[in-house]
Amino acid sequence: MNKSYEVYAQEVEPLSILSPEGKIINEEEMPNLSDDQLKELMRRMVFTRTWDERAVNLGRQGRLGFYAPVSGQEATMVGSEFALNKEDFVCPGYRDMPQIVWHGLPLYQAFLYSRGHQHGGQIPEGVNVLMPQIIIGAQILHATGVAMGFKKRNQKNVVITYTGDGGSSEGDFYEGLNFAGVFKLPAIYVVQNNGYAITTPFSKQTAAQSVAHKAVAAGIKGVQVDGMDVLAVYKAVQDAAERGRNGEGATLIESLTYRFRPHSMADDTTKYRTKEEEGEWSLKDPIIRFGKYLESKGLWSDEDTARVKDEAKASVAEHIKKAETTEKMTVAGLIDSMFEETPQHLQEQKADFS
Amino acid sequence: MAQMNMKEAIRDGMRVELKRDPNVLLFGEDVGKVGGVFRATEGLQNEFSEDRVFDTPLAESAIGGLAVGLAVQGFRPIAEIQFVGFIYEALDQMAVQAARLRYRSGGRYNAPITFRTPFGGGVKAAELHTDALEGLLVQTPGIKVVVPSNPYDAKGLMISAIRDNDPVFFMEHLNLYHAFRSEVPEGEYTVPIGKANVVKEGSDVTIITYGMMVHTSLKAAEEIEKTKGVKVEVIDLRTLMPLDIDTIVESIKKTNRAIVVQEAQKTSGVAAEVIAQINEKAILHLEAPVLRVAPPDTVYPFAQIEDAWLPNPARIIDGLNKVLDF
Ligand SMILES: Cc1ncc(C[n+]2csc(CCOP(=O)(O)OP(=O)(O)O)c2C)c(N)n1
Repeated sequence: MNKSYEVYAQEVEPLSILSPEGKIINEEEMPNLSDDQLKELMRRMVFTRTWDERAVNLGRQGRLGFYAPVSGQEATMVGSEFALNKEDFVCPGYRDMPQIVWHGLPLYQAFLYSRGHQHGGQIPEGVNVLMPQIIIGAQILHATGVAMGFKKRNQKNVVITYTGDGGSSEGDFYEGLNFAGVFKLPAIYVVQNNGYAITTPFSKQTAAQSVAHKAVAAGIKGVQVDGMDVLAVYKAVQDAAERGRNGEGATLIESLTYRFRPHSMADDTTKYRTKEEEGEWSLKDPIIRFGKYLESKGLWSDEDTARVKDEAKASVAEHIKKAETTEKMTVAGLIDSMFEETPQHLQEQKADFS
Repeated sequence: MAQMNMKEAIRDGMRVELKRDPNVLLFGEDVGKVGGVFRATEGLQNEFSEDRVFDTPLAESAIGGLAVGLAVQGFRPIAEIQFVGFIYEALDQMAVQAARLRYRSGGRYNAPITFRTPFGGGVKAAELHTDALEGLLVQTPGIKVVVPSNPYDAKGLMISAIRDNDPVFFMEHLNLYHAFRSEVPEGEYTVPIGKANVVKEGSDVTIITYGMMVHTSLKAAEEIEKTKGVKVEVIDLRTLMPLDIDTIVESIKKTNRAIVVQEAQKTSGVAAEVIAQINEKAILHLEAPVLRVAPPDTVYPFAQIEDAWLPNPARIIDGLNKVLDF
């Protein structure tokens, strides 16, 4: 190969396995999944969509606090977590509640967290997750540390962490990737590029060819996937996990996706997105696309979708009730949770709140 | 005169200065096209072009450092940090780089930067969106800290902040953005940085406070005046650094008793500083120790129990009674 003094990166094309019509277009990348696993992937995506719809409604009724909608991103969220073992670790950003719930966090605790109740964050023993991070990018560094822990303990586990295209601009993001490269850590960094950071479009976020290219500077592997294709996401994460487990280091996965709803409960997408754009992306809806594939294999039907929706609604109803009937936090309890042993000045401050 | 809420007044202050001085620039996350997550900068990009009002990538340290570099180039940046909890990401650039630029350059460069940040509780926002972090910056030499409590002051202080040749941390209380409208003059006027405001005169006890707590304190004052027949003086500090200790001492000389109310956690904050300076300058005028009414030293408990945690009129009255009955 000719050498030149200019460093350059080539264009990439995202990995797709399913066409928008739900046909396999990339047979050699097809992951090895049983029929039951395929159906479970679909169940989880439909469940997540329904939960998202309910959560938005509960938010409007004032029964949930802060909530970041996820519809459109199910293939990335569900597919990536599905490629992990229970012992693997998940460090989520603020939109990534589905991944940690599917990794074992009870749903009612997700609701409690949203409502600002401390018990929401009391993750049960054996569930390897952190709570969603509000400071964008901070979780990238935690994941890097968790990965180093796995490596030092000779555990064949990986950690996965998520942020958005906006998050890939934070200093923390670069610092985390760089450490992962230097220490060759079993970490998977997923950037869900949904085109916007609140209102700022991707074109104003970076002039890099893609987010995946940022892996080059850190000396780790970088890949780009079609984030509306659950099989492609699953395959990319599975490959990355295998590399991590084999001591081959970290992977940055840029997942091209879209959120159908606003950034959070409070913004107005018409101010910064077009109807045409929304329409184009809706044609790539991960649930419709994967559903078509499963239907063609005789593994899924509308009745299955209806059944899972009912199941999800019932589950959300049960868990929100549990969240609403959980004993309220108190200021005194909060004070006692600050230190292992409450110092005298805090003991005194408690007197104001009894 | 126009009627404006505090958000509109802040926007108007920025507009006046963008218009007056071509070196004024405004930037941050989402401030451009849609005008910020609270629409505080709405319309300004349209009016002044993307050259002067622009969105940045999502990176607070870069926003802070960009402001420092632009200041070196003679610009007057207004840099928005979208929510207060994210200033930690920019703290090196604000508290070290901007605040020390004049010192490090032997006075060759200055940092006429206005860092704007929405903050403030009682609105059930998400984790880390509302904390009162003014104490962090007040303890940092070289940076001024401004917290307006009403539309008139907000516009006048904003204009002063932008014209100031030193870095100013300008904190906008979320609960006051839309709380009420009042008369705000059109065009230019300034409210001086470093000057407190006696918002209510009284003779028996002084409440020293700022931001949203001005309004909570006024409620408490009204109640205790009805039940106890005392006259309460209320001072709105408006600027936390530099502190207007003269106005405070004048008031103490008259009332001989005081409490300090703040929304930030109790220990080592602005209230502690106010009390220390009262001790230094007016101890012989005191008939009772000066007390603090503040939340406990815990993390800010977003949503669920913030109403119980934040100071309310009842707790302020409790504090007033303690110094009155001492
Ligand atoms: C350090 C920090 N800065 C700013 C914010 C405010 N904020 C919340 S979400 C967001 C945009 C995030 O965009 P992106 O990373 O693309 O994720 P998406 O919302 O698209 O999933 C911003 C600026 C924050 N939470 N943390």
